[in-house]
Parts: sequence; C-alpha cells; structure tokens
Amino acid sequence: MSKFKPSGKKEVPALSQGSLSDIVFMLLFFFMVTTSMRETENKVMVKVPEATEVAKLERKDLTSYINIGRPVKDLQRQYGTEPLIQLNDSFKKTDEIRDFIANERNAMSELDRQQMTVAIRADESVRMRIITEVKMELRRCQALSIMYTARKKE
Amino acid sequence: MAGKKTPELNSSSSADIAFLLLCYFLMTTTMNQDSGLQRRLPPLPDESQKEETKQEVNRHNVIEVKVNKQDQLLIGQEPIDISVLKERIKEGLTNPNNSKDLPDKKKDTIKVDGKVVDIMISQGIISLQNHNFTSYKRYIEVQNELMKAINELRDEFAMAYFKKPYQKLDKAGQAAVRKAVPNNLSEGEPSNAGEENN
Repeated sequence: MSKFKPSGKKEVPALSQGSLSDIVFMLLFFFMVTTSMRETENKVMVKVPEATEVAKLERKDLTSYINIGRPVKDLQRQYGTEPLIQLNDSFKKTDEIRDFIANERNAMSELDRQQMTVAIRADESVRMRIITEVKMELRRCQALSIMYTARKKE
Repeated sequence: MAGKKTPELNSSSSADIAFLLLCYFLMTTTMNQDSGLQRRLPPLPDESQKEETKQEVNRHNVIEVKVNKQDQLLIGQEPIDISVLKERIKEGLTNPNNSKDLPDKKKDTIKVDGKVVDIMISQGIISLQNHNFTSYKRYIEVQNELMKAINELRDEFAMAYFKKPYQKLDKAGQAAVRKAVPNNLSEGEPSNAGEENN
C-alpha cells in the first residue's frame, strides 16, 4: 500500500469543452468583421488581363468599379453579346458614368474625394473603343485616378 | 418553492451554433485583394487654355508607340516585337550615346541625402496611340511594358545615387527619383493608328 497511490480506479478527466465555444466565437467575430459581402452581382463576364507591374489597391472603400465585358450567358438573349458597361447592378451607357461617379463622390467624405480611384475591370477581349470612351468620360467628370485591374503574372 | 433554483442553461450546443455561423462566414468571405496598373489620366484642357497648352515639342523628343488594329506594335514607323519594347524605351529615355535622334536631356539638380547632385533629366515623352479595334489585352501588355521600363529606370537610378531600390526609399528620396526619371506618358486620341500599314 503505497502512500502516494490513491486507491480506486483512476480516470482520465474529461476534456473541458467550456472554452471551445469561446474559441469558435472568437473566430466567428473575426470573420464577421473582415467579411465584405459582394454587393453587386456580376452581369458581365470578365477575365482580367495579366500584368507584372501591378500595385495593390490600397483603399477598397474609396474605389468605384466599372465592369466591362460581354453579358453572362443567361442575359445574352436579352442584351446581345456585344461588350457592355456594368455599373453597380445594371447595364449603363457611357454617358451615365457621369451620374455614377457623382453618386459615388457624394457618398464619400470631403477628404476622401481626392483619393477616389476608379477601377476599370475589363475583359481582355474587349476592344479599345469602349475603354477609350469610358476614359474620356472619366476625364470629363474629373475622376482622373484610375486603375486597370489586372492579375499578377507569376 | 423557496429552494428551487433556475436550472443552468445547457451551453453545449452554443459551440455548434457558432460553428454553423462560422462556416457561413467562411464560405461567403472574400479575401481577394484587387490589384492592377495604376494610372493618372490627364485633365481635360480648358477651352481658354487650349491655345497655350499646345507646347512646342521637338519631334525627336517624342517616342511614338502605336498599336494598330491587328495588335501589332510600331515605334515610329517601324514594326517591333513587344519583347524589345522595354529596351527600346529605356534606350530612348537614357540616350546613352547622346544621339541626335533620341530625346534630349536637360541638366538639373536633385538632393541626395542632403547633398545637391547634378543629373541629366530626359526630356523624352512616350506617346501611346492605339486603334479603336486594338484589344484590351494588348493595350495592357503595352502599358505594362512601358511601366516596367520606367520602374526599371527608376530602380537603376535609385541604386546608382541612393544605393537602395526605389521602393525602399523614403518619401523625399522617391520624389527625387521621380523628378529625375519622370513618367511622361501621353495617350493620343485613338485614331486609325497604323491603318496605312495593314
């Protein structure tokens, strides 16, 4: 009879699951905070071109997106297969970019307006005519800081 | 009645609920960071200034890059391959042999770590002109090559004068390098560039 060996059978204590929910909640909050829901549905098919000299977009909240490409398969019957401009949730004409930029500007604070960037997400197969028109329109409404969205080439 | 306690809430399912929510946010989250080529468009000239802004630019100071509707690349009138574009631009902007046909250089000074240093600044302007039927892919490729040429020139300059690559310099250093190697890219109105060469 050893003094140090307690009598009776010894059990491994059950793992406490009390902290499990805390850990999971912590992860949950992390993802809830970092997640950004896609507000707009893609109505055009965009495969952005590749480039090596890409820079990261610093402020996503100060960026407005202009999508240019062919309509997705479901909408081709309705809109045809020619490349179109998508702003927010609908197809727009080039001269409607002005209203779009004005709206985006109004949603920003006075300080941020200078840093506004317009990201042109265009499909690599579109012709330059439509891009040039968009650029001209952006120059007209003084939205001069632009970015051609591109993938980083490996 | 007095001795009755409220039963403790069973919290073992809260982990399951949290897991469910966690999975939902894991699936919907988008971590992709957008990247691309950053550019600045020139402002539209005012009507009143239109006459004045027509500066006299020497012909040899302009490096004309054209992309025609078959996506072929021309420097001046000479068709070239995209792989040599960067070297041609760098050669044009540095003008190592002080050739008369390539852009001039102007003497100027910049501050390197507080000291004033004489340098030569190229007066070259890259003029990029594309056709309405040029593909966007080609356009981005050309823009990319032009940016790469400028970035490499800036890096070379920064290494020569500051002993550091451009990205590692402080704000003042970067501004000095930008002054020494300006990015003079002008985009012409898309005309029917290179139509006569098709």
